[in-house]
Amino acid sequence: MSFLQSLSQRDRVFDFMAPQASPVDVRHGPILYLEDVTVSFDGFKAINNLNLTIDDGELRCIIGPNGAGKTTMMGIITGKTRPNSGSVWFGSRHNLLQMNEPEIASLGIGRKFQKPTVFEALSVFENLELAMAADKRIFPTLTARMTGEIKDRIDEVLETIGLAALRHQLAGILSHGQKQWLEIGMLLMQRPRLLLVDEPVAGMTEQEMERTAELLTGLAGKQSVVVVEHDMGFVRSIARQVTVLHQGSVLAEGTMDQVASDPKVVEVYLGADDEEAA
Amino acid sequence: MRRFLSLGLLCLLLLGITVTAQAQTDSTADTTDDPAALELLEALDASSYPAKSAAIVAILQSDDKRARDWLQSLLDGRLQRADDGRFVVVLDNSGREWPVADALTGDPLGEMSRRDLDRIGINNALRNQLRSAIAVVDLYSPDVERRRTSATRLLGEVDDELAEPLSELIAEEEDAQVQRRLTQALAIYQVENGQLEGVETLRGSLHPRVRVALSRAANGDDPIIADAANEALVSIEQNLKINRGLETLYFGLSLGSVLVLAAIGLAITFGVMGVINMAHGELMMLGAYTTWAMQQLLPGQPGLALLLSIPAGFMVAALAGIAIERGVIQFLKGRPLETLLATFGISLILQQLVRTGISPLNRTVITPEWMSGSLVVNDALSLTLNRMYVLGFALVVFASLMLIMRRTRLGLEVRAVTQNRAMARSMGIRATRVDIMTFALGSGVAGLAGVALSQLTNVGPNLGQNYIIDSFMVVVFGGVGNLWGTLVAGLSLGVINQVLEPWAGAVLAKIIVLVFIILFIQKRPRGLFPQKGRAAEG
Amino acid sequence: MSLTTESSTNFWLTRPFSERSTQIFLGVLLAALALVTILHVAVPPDNPLHVGAYTVNLFGKYLSYALLAVAVDLVWGYLGILSLGHGAFFAIGGYAMGMYLMRQIGERGTYGHPVLPDFMVFLNWDSLPWYWLGFDMAWFAFAMVLIAPGLLALVFGFLAFRSRVTGVYLSIITQALTFALMLAFFRNEMGFGGNNGLTDFRELLGYNLRSNDTRLGLFLATGVALGLGYILCRAIVTSKLGRVSIATRDAEARTRFLGYRVERFQLFVFVVSAMLAGLAGALYVPQVGIINPSEFSPIFSIEIVLWVALGGRATLYGAVIGAILVNYAKTVFTGVMPDAWLFALGAMFVLVTVFLPKGVAGLFRHLKRKQRATSTLADKPNNTPEEVSA
Repeated sequence: MSFLQSLSQRDRVFDFMAPQASPVDVRHGPILYLEDVTVSFDGFKAINNLNLTIDDGELRCIIGPNGAGKTTMMGIITGKTRPNSGSVWFGSRHNLLQMNEPEIASLGIGRKFQKPTVFEALSVFENLELAMAADKRIFPTLTARMTGEIKDRIDEVLETIGLAALRHQLAGILSHGQKQWLEIGMLLMQRPRLLLVDEPVAGMTEQEMERTAELLTGLAGKQSVVVVEHDMGFVRSIARQVTVLHQGSVLAEGTMDQVASDPKVVEVYLGADDEEAA
Repeated sequence: MRRFLSLGLLCLLLLGITVTAQAQTDSTADTTDDPAALELLEALDASSYPAKSAAIVAILQSDDKRARDWLQSLLDGRLQRADDGRFVVVLDNSGREWPVADALTGDPLGEMSRRDLDRIGINNALRNQLRSAIAVVDLYSPDVERRRTSATRLLGEVDDELAEPLSELIAEEEDAQVQRRLTQALAIYQVENGQLEGVETLRGSLHPRVRVALSRAANGDDPIIADAANEALVSIEQNLKINRGLETLYFGLSLGSVLVLAAIGLAITFGVMGVINMAHGELMMLGAYTTWAMQQLLPGQPGLALLLSIPAGFMVAALAGIAIERGVIQFLKGRPLETLLATFGISLILQQLVRTGISPLNRTVITPEWMSGSLVVNDALSLTLNRMYVLGFALVVFASLMLIMRRTRLGLEVRAVTQNRAMARSMGIRATRVDIMTFALGSGVAGLAGVALSQLTNVGPNLGQNYIIDSFMVVVFGGVGNLWGTLVAGLSLGVINQVLEPWAGAVLAKIIVLVFIILFIQKRPRGLFPQKGRAAEG
Repeated sequence: MSLTTESSTNFWLTRPFSERSTQIFLGVLLAALALVTILHVAVPPDNPLHVGAYTVNLFGKYLSYALLAVAVDLVWGYLGILSLGHGAFFAIGGYAMGMYLMRQIGERGTYGHPVLPDFMVFLNWDSLPWYWLGFDMAWFAFAMVLIAPGLLALVFGFLAFRSRVTGVYLSIITQALTFALMLAFFRNEMGFGGNNGLTDFRELLGYNLRSNDTRLGLFLATGVALGLGYILCRAIVTSKLGRVSIATRDAEARTRFLGYRVERFQLFVFVVSAMLAGLAGALYVPQVGIINPSEFSPIFSIEIVLWVALGGRATLYGAVIGAILVNYAKTVFTGVMPDAWLFALGAMFVLVTVFLPKGVAGLFRHLKRKQRATSTLADKPNNTPEEVSA
């Protein structure tokens, strides 16, 4: 049964291989639903009855103190972590809980990790080449040739992330901030419908942060973007809609100002003011 | 044959205990001129076997206290006749010149050439007769062990003439074991004569001769006896099956305890430091060779040497471990596959060192007396003592390691470093020191395993190699970084192996276990007891 | 490498020919083959430069080891899978060839049985086991040289990669695999000659294995196989699939999130590597004249990894250098002072991992870069090396 299922799913993936035509059904509004999701590690509930909806084209920031379950939530959406209960839907057609990581990725969900992970032994150019939406089965990959079209696409993204001059450098020698951008660039190469970005500005300088903010706000509208961030200043600078997580469930939702004045949030998030000040 | 036996027994009984008592008081009497005894022995030197047989009966019927010695030396082929006609007992027939003693007086006569001696020959039938005869004589021996052996010997050998005196003997016997055996011997006689009560008596016994007697009865003419015997046989078979199961379990646990000993040190170094120590087996080998060296240093005291090797083996292996850690592993932090290769190189060097430095051949390690022999539970189950000691030793080592990990400062630091090296370091734990101590501990335990192994297998340069893959399997099967997992995995793999062996053979059993683990790892990549939670997610 | 990526518009299999390193490698290989052939055939035996049949045979053995090392480097260097069981694939390829050679003996065996090999007659078997059928046909046996190890790698790899067994765990279970196979092949009941293995071969495709010409032919065939195997591996690692492999090696989870089914890529490369190892084994067996279960021993498999480590991981040509160097050293040592060989081998393991993590090839590159860096700096003192290459 599950074998048949995997067959049918593989078939479904094939028509998404054409990058532009994402089959995600957003006619009913939201692009991502999480409903009553619970995850526990050894009895500890990292996510507790979490409900979350992201609209198509939205830029959403998710904040919350340490251990609020932000990273675990990303893991659930991308198929890395399996919840104990609940349901996760991408558009109104795809049940993410029945898919594995590559399937979810080819569906158009891209994730940037908390710790920047780029392929250090490959060049910047090659990193983007691998990320590009393409037929990712074995033989097409083996026989893949470099065409002008692909090169143009990579050049375009290189410009966007400002790494055009470093295209032939090994990714391993990039600075921390450059790695973050390269990773965002890799996400862009996938032409995702939904971008999950985990702490994009950790360890960045002031200027780098500004550039990143521009980059992300520029993406919203074309793509849906979910940003998990600790840095309140950064969140304030990009966010339209903010969700506060606490102990694995949603504590408050609204604009930054609404959320910041919510007494519940102030109570659990006392550190917020300090961080903003810093 | 049975007739002779019972005749002899009858005579002895008629003479009563007084005979033996008298014989004992007479033991110092001068027998140099002893025509009666000489005549008895002369009869033994007859040319035909039936005549010799009669002579044996005659000896039994005589009240001579030397009867048993004569019969025993005749059985062993040591009763010989010198050229001058004297009967002598050969004391040691290993060399060219044999030391002998006079068969009549027991006085030593110095050495004689084998060419001057003539052995009194016997055949198989006589050998059997002699054994039974000795058994009968022994029933009166003051030595309990002798009485036990002889009573066992009588199982299935009782006939009409023996039966009645035997029940009197049973009543007089003080030792419970002898009494039980004699009762069983009598019961077999009863079954053979169609007495149902005999079957009842035999019901619980596991001795093979009892089973032979019962199955004969089960195929006999008397339907009542046959049914009863069949029933008794079924319950005996069941009992035997349980005992065989227990034996398999014991062997399995024993093998498992060896695996646990071999693997637990590995579990520490692998689990805590992420180091794949391929030289672990060779550290075990060092422990085993330490035992050998200790016994060379203390000749004649293998037991003391073995006890001393426990701390010595630990120290030797631990020091070697520290040398490996400081010399190689510290340069390979965070590169587990490279440590695997480097320590493999070390294992080759250590093996070759032993081969050229000591010998490529196996060394003999003596098992002290208190560890040899076995614990007899019943007729079908006896547990060898050395394996039991090793099993106990493994459990003690495991418990001590558990204590060290749970209750000491070192254990706390080790656990801290395992979970988060950077954090532990920032809290003032000297991670380098913890690494050294951990590696020394793991290696030392390997040394202990070697000491234990020296009591079970050959001590040679390849000793470690034979265990390294198995030990890794145990660690991986149990779940890395989990001592309980190692214990459970080691013991269960040992038992699985022993359960498979009877029907698959040793090699195939091992292959099956390996394939099983390979498949198991696919199903549960983190072993039986995986580490859970966030740390394991990464 | 990055430059070839962008210009990699040509067909994937011919791509390696435009690479400098491959050109050099193939040039050296061809020159070596030609040289040995000339020195063997054209130079008279009494001349000190003459290469005897024994030496040709020895070189042929080294070349088959080199091909095996290339196979191991493909999975270890580019995929990050340290296989401690590649000796098993090598041995299975060797057994497939050995079975063909056994069937070729025919009635000339000691017992003169028309079909059954000697050891089966000795064991009182009355017919061939089913898995020996077909091995009298060369094409079938040669296909099996690739298919049998490939199939084993496929099944084993499918199970292992599917459940994401990686790193040290994978190494340990590959070791267990070859150990289990060794135990199995030692059993007479398996039908592979037990302890003694397969030996007493006579001819291959009608050529007498004991003749010098056949030995030279086998040497050259092994050289060609090494060249082709090298080109295939090079083509794989310079393709996009090769870059996916490197990505998998360095950040498996990330690769998965990019939409690559990592386990299938791992499986593909693993199977290709196993087949190459099988081919190496098949070329090895007729040259040494025997195949027995000792080729399955875990020690041999670890030794292969040493060749690769010594030569330099993830370079492919390093594997070839390492295999030849170590085995040449082994020949010399075991001839002069056999007891010292294990010391030397053990010391090599330790020294290479501690002091020479990038192997001989890494040492070359380091020296070359140093040389280039000094000359560049001398020419253009204002430029840092990075800017130059960018």
